[in-house]
Amino acid sequence: MGASIEDKLFLNRFNVDETSHLKIINGAVCIDDCEEKPCLYICPANVYRLEQNRISINYEGCLECGSCRIGCPHLNIEWRFPTGGYGIRHKFG
Amino acid sequence: MNEKYDVAIVGAGPAGISAACVLADNGINAVVLERGKFPGAKNISGGVLYGHDLSGIIPDFAQKNCPIERNIVESRIWYLSEDGGYSVSYRDKAFESERRYNVFTVGRAKFDRWFADQALQKGALVVCGTVVTDLLRDDTGHVTGVRTDRPDGDLNAKVVLLADGINSPLAAKTGFRPEPSPAHVALAVKEVINLPEEVIDQRFNTSPGNGVTIEILGSVTSGMNGVAVIYTNRKSLSLCIGANLADFSAKKIKPYEMLESFKNHPMVAPMINGGKPAEYMAHWLAEGGYDNIPKLYGDGYLIAGDSGMLFNTLHREGSNMAMVSGAFAAETIIEAIRKNDFSRSSLKKYESRLQNSFIFDDLKKYRKFNPFLENHPELFTTLPDALGFAAREMLTVDGTPKKKKQKKIWKYLRTNHSLSALLRLVWDGYRSV
Repeated sequence: MGASIEDKLFLNRFNVDETSHLKIINGAVCIDDCEEKPCLYICPANVYRLEQNRISINYEGCLECGSCRIGCPHLNIEWRFPTGGYGIRHKFG
Repeated sequence: MNEKYDVAIVGAGPAGISAACVLADNGINAVVLERGKFPGAKNISGGVLYGHDLSGIIPDFAQKNCPIERNIVESRIWYLSEDGGYSVSYRDKAFESERRYNVFTVGRAKFDRWFADQALQKGALVVCGTVVTDLLRDDTGHVTGVRTDRPDGDLNAKVVLLADGINSPLAAKTGFRPEPSPAHVALAVKEVINLPEEVIDQRFNTSPGNGVTIEILGSVTSGMNGVAVIYTNRKSLSLCIGANLADFSAKKIKPYEMLESFKNHPMVAPMINGGKPAEYMAHWLAEGGYDNIPKLYGDGYLIAGDSGMLFNTLHREGSNMAMVSGAFAAETIIEAIRKNDFSRSSLKKYESRLQNSFIFDDLKKYRKFNPFLENHPELFTTLPDALGFAAREMLTVDGTPKKKKQKKIWKYLRTNHSLSALLRLVWDGYRSV
């Protein structure tokens, strides 16, 4: 029952914006300088995933908690709220 | 939107809406700006509210179709080991009658929408789907309005109330509240699990409309400084689990995996058995305590609720502090409008109101509680299983004399905890509450 993160996100209602509200400022920092890469663990929506030579951002499932912004040891994430009315829309809250 | 309002309020949560209600009651021209499609669309809490503080804003809330899930008649506290746990609970008939709605559960998507409707009926204006991206300031730094993400999105106001919650890029950008450090917030995830109403009544031994809260500490947070809760709603359970964000980083634990193990704990699994997950959300909790409250007012602005880090970890009180601080901010604004003075010295009265209330009293009283948890990781690592071992041994009937069992337990406890460490734990714990 709802075991994987994909299953969990599938329960939610999102009004997905065309462009991402999350941006990695300098991709090289993630690959060259960031050993720990906490974004891969702390994000409750598994937005950040390590691909071959970069970290991909699956902003569509972002729960808008802000953890990646302050948890990135290099403060390398540009973070804003999705445009008004977009993003997650809680059903129960 | 190049209009002039007396007051612009950022965020239609409990703090912002409480302020809007008080201002509207006094005939003041206020606008609430909400980034969600509707008030509550972005909001989440563990799920309890407090009747005393809500009735301060809407005295007859229970008669006004307030979307209450369950009236809480019993509070449980669990201390869990890997395989089991201790449970302490208190139930009282008074909470069904004369103290009804002392505490009740809500879903914030529904409640905040209802609450904003009350403000609308009083005459407040609530504009949704609008993100406040910056504050307008004059040459002296005095706040004169807000900038929004709408095309012609500048809006002038005599005073701005920041009630935009704990995750506030706006606060960080303007510098009015420093960005919290990962050690000063807990990241919590929540899953709502649907179950038939009568099944919840059976499992929690409640009559329809009444419910139970469970606050949980122990090994469920994988050795991290954290907490979990289970709250009963009418036709669902709210399961939340969270831990210090710095701990998540250090331990490389994924919040949703921790939630899954929590759901599989032997004391939790039977409660949610057969339930259908309905929603999954995440949010921060302020853990900085009294010593990390920012300056809550300045020239042309005030900060209320979660944005001001007003949260009592031990008693899981936040939304009440949001409502009361929002109302205090509104009262201060009303005086400022009468004087036509929105300077920091005029708005300073807000701070005295907080000082003279339970908000600062309680936050001061528990200022050592978060450091206590931080300084005693054994509460979440070795102690739960040691205490589980103790109870399991004492309750196992196997012909061993009790004295011998006690010796065995003491020896087990002492392998991971020195006597002085245990005494320090008790002493620090006593002093922190």
